[in-house]
Amino acid sequence: MRVIDYAVKIRVKPDNSGVVTDGVKHSMNPFCEIAVEEAVKLKEKKLVKEVVAVSCGPQQSQETIRTALAMGADRGIHVEVSGKDYESLGPLQVSKIMAALAKKEEAQLIILGKQAIDDDCNQTGQMTAALLDWPQGTFASEVSLDGDNVKVVREIDGGLETIRINTPAVLTADLRLNTPRYATLPNIMKAKKKKIANVKPADLGVDLTSRLEVLRVDEPPQRLAGMKVETVEDLVAKLKDAGRV
Amino acid sequence: MTNQRKESRLCTSYEIYCLRGTVNPAMRHVVYMRPLASLGVLGICKIYTSTVYNLKATHFINFHWGLSREEGTMSALCKARKVLDLCLTGCRSLTQLAELPETHQLLRQTCRDYADRELAPIAAKLDKEHVYPAKQVKELGAMGVMAMEVPEELGGAGMDCLAYSLAMEEISRGCASTGVVVSVNNSLYIGPVLKFGTEEQKKQWITPFTTGEKVGCFALSEPGNGSDAGAASTVARQEGEEWVLNGTKAWITNCWDASATVVFATTDKKLKHKGISTFLIPMPHPGLSLGKKEDKLGIRASSTANIILEDCRIPLNNMLGPRGAGFKIAMQTLDSGRIGIASQALGIAQASLDCAADYAHKRTAFGAPIGKLQAIQFKLADMAVAIESARLLTWKASLLRDGKKPFTKEAAMAKLAASEAATFCSHQAIQILGGMGYVTDMPAERHYRDARITEIYEGTSEIQRLVIAGQILKEYQS
Repeated sequence: MRVIDYAVKIRVKPDNSGVVTDGVKHSMNPFCEIAVEEAVKLKEKKLVKEVVAVSCGPQQSQETIRTALAMGADRGIHVEVSGKDYESLGPLQVSKIMAALAKKEEAQLIILGKQAIDDDCNQTGQMTAALLDWPQGTFASEVSLDGDNVKVVREIDGGLETIRINTPAVLTADLRLNTPRYATLPNIMKAKKKKIANVKPADLGVDLTSRLEVLRVDEPPQRLAGMKVETVEDLVAKLKDAGRV
Repeated sequence: MTNQRKESRLCTSYEIYCLRGTVNPAMRHVVYMRPLASLGVLGICKIYTSTVYNLKATHFINFHWGLSREEGTMSALCKARKVLDLCLTGCRSLTQLAELPETHQLLRQTCRDYADRELAPIAAKLDKEHVYPAKQVKELGAMGVMAMEVPEELGGAGMDCLAYSLAMEEISRGCASTGVVVSVNNSLYIGPVLKFGTEEQKKQWITPFTTGEKVGCFALSEPGNGSDAGAASTVARQEGEEWVLNGTKAWITNCWDASATVVFATTDKKLKHKGISTFLIPMPHPGLSLGKKEDKLGIRASSTANIILEDCRIPLNNMLGPRGAGFKIAMQTLDSGRIGIASQALGIAQASLDCAADYAHKRTAFGAPIGKLQAIQFKLADMAVAIESARLLTWKASLLRDGKKPFTKEAAMAKLAASEAATFCSHQAIQILGGMGYVTDMPAERHYRDARITEIYEGTSEIQRLVIAGQILKEYQS
């Protein structure tokens, strides 16, 4: 998933219709990096045969796929979505694409990042599993593949939950699943030779119309200066004044 | 195919059309000759149009120039031919100067990400505590950065010189000390062994040094001679099946953390600089001891000290290259090392520009960010031009080396330009940051200290000038 780099300062467009993306540095979604790393680790343990990196987006998504190939993926699939379709691309459309691809490629495991850092939806993994009617192991902080089932340790509000689900399955990677590797230079050279297939959503029979309309995008309110008070009584009085207590 | 230039055009420019079978407008280069001083509108006697067939039948070159003296014609032809040759070698590589190939872009981005995430946050601490970045060196080794130009069979990354230059720049942008560790290992230690070593020597002395677990160092300078490399007073005498070395080497980067060294010693004093030979010594080794760690102004995370050889005995086949070839090996090694150091200087310069430009946005004075003031803008522009020109020189030197063309002059130019750019930019960065530039809270003062050494080691700026002048005079020899 190609998103604006986490280190970049985001600016809202003057017409409040979205954020500025032109000329802004983009990179792979950090959770997707963790997902790719997990897939490559599984291949290194010889538990899976092939790792396919998929990205939906404009021409520049190919760079993101190449990074995944440099990390160790075997081949890439670029689903070309650009222009208006790309701006309205959301979890529902991506999960429809993923489901169609999973059936076409006969995948056994889909590993996604738990959420994208641009919209923070946290829906794609779950929707994909629902569309395919596959079990899901979301917020994974530990994955153990064992024959035809997967043991997943999930990070939930109350702590950690361990579940066992059958493959084929959908997993979403959480922060502590692993630390993504830096691509080694020989792998970067090899990535050049690996294939990236080009696919259009129409070929997969996916309808990209969005059911959501973005009305307005605003920056978070500016943080106002604070006030210092002398005593606890002062603090309570001020809080009561402001209607907070 | 002739170019009909209007006769009224009164300049000494000429256009070279390089045709390879079909007209390729992209191959058109415009090269300007240094205008002849006596040229003026009234001084033109004749304007010559000539069509010259180059040695290669596929190239057609048209020269148009205005000259005030006929005798100047022939020398101009010769000069132009030489420039043309240089131009044609640059033909293929000029597009690479404008935009890097995809693999190199990906490599650059990977090294930049690594430097931003792993080196920049700890650089200040490494500098303050004089700590060798062992963990980071191992990680860089795993990525292949510690042996970038070594073929894959020997454990390296098998990449070219341009890739090495890009990686060095990005690493040094994060931490200059780590950059110098990488550079010394790649260019100064592995470099000569790769170029002059036997297959056995390569396996023994290169392969263990590709992973970042071990690093090497380069011992040429002595307390008595730095720039005067031919006067090596360290001696090596043969005793049976061994070489015995005696002497002291000074200013050796990495030596406290190294596991092997390339040492230059005199084997035949009468032959002067042709009597110097190269040896490989493992570290630690009986007879080899290290002096105290120098307390340096900058690049403090890398260790620098003397290497003292007292009856240090090594097997006969630890000699690198033929006997007496030491000076040649040293000079060729330093040629390549210059590209590495130029890249390190570029990294430091770029880091200072980043720091200064960021500050110019944030700091307000006189009611607006200081970036709005022309005085600051001029400084930033000068810094950017210095960096970009040095960078293009460095890339050109790298591309020439990759193309196995002579690159001594370009490498010296690159190192000179880049090191002077580094000192200039770091100086200006402190100026832009004002008081904040003087304290350790901001990295500007560290860049200033790190930049200074780039004008000194691996050939001082003065030596670079001598090398460049020597090459230029050779070109103009009739």
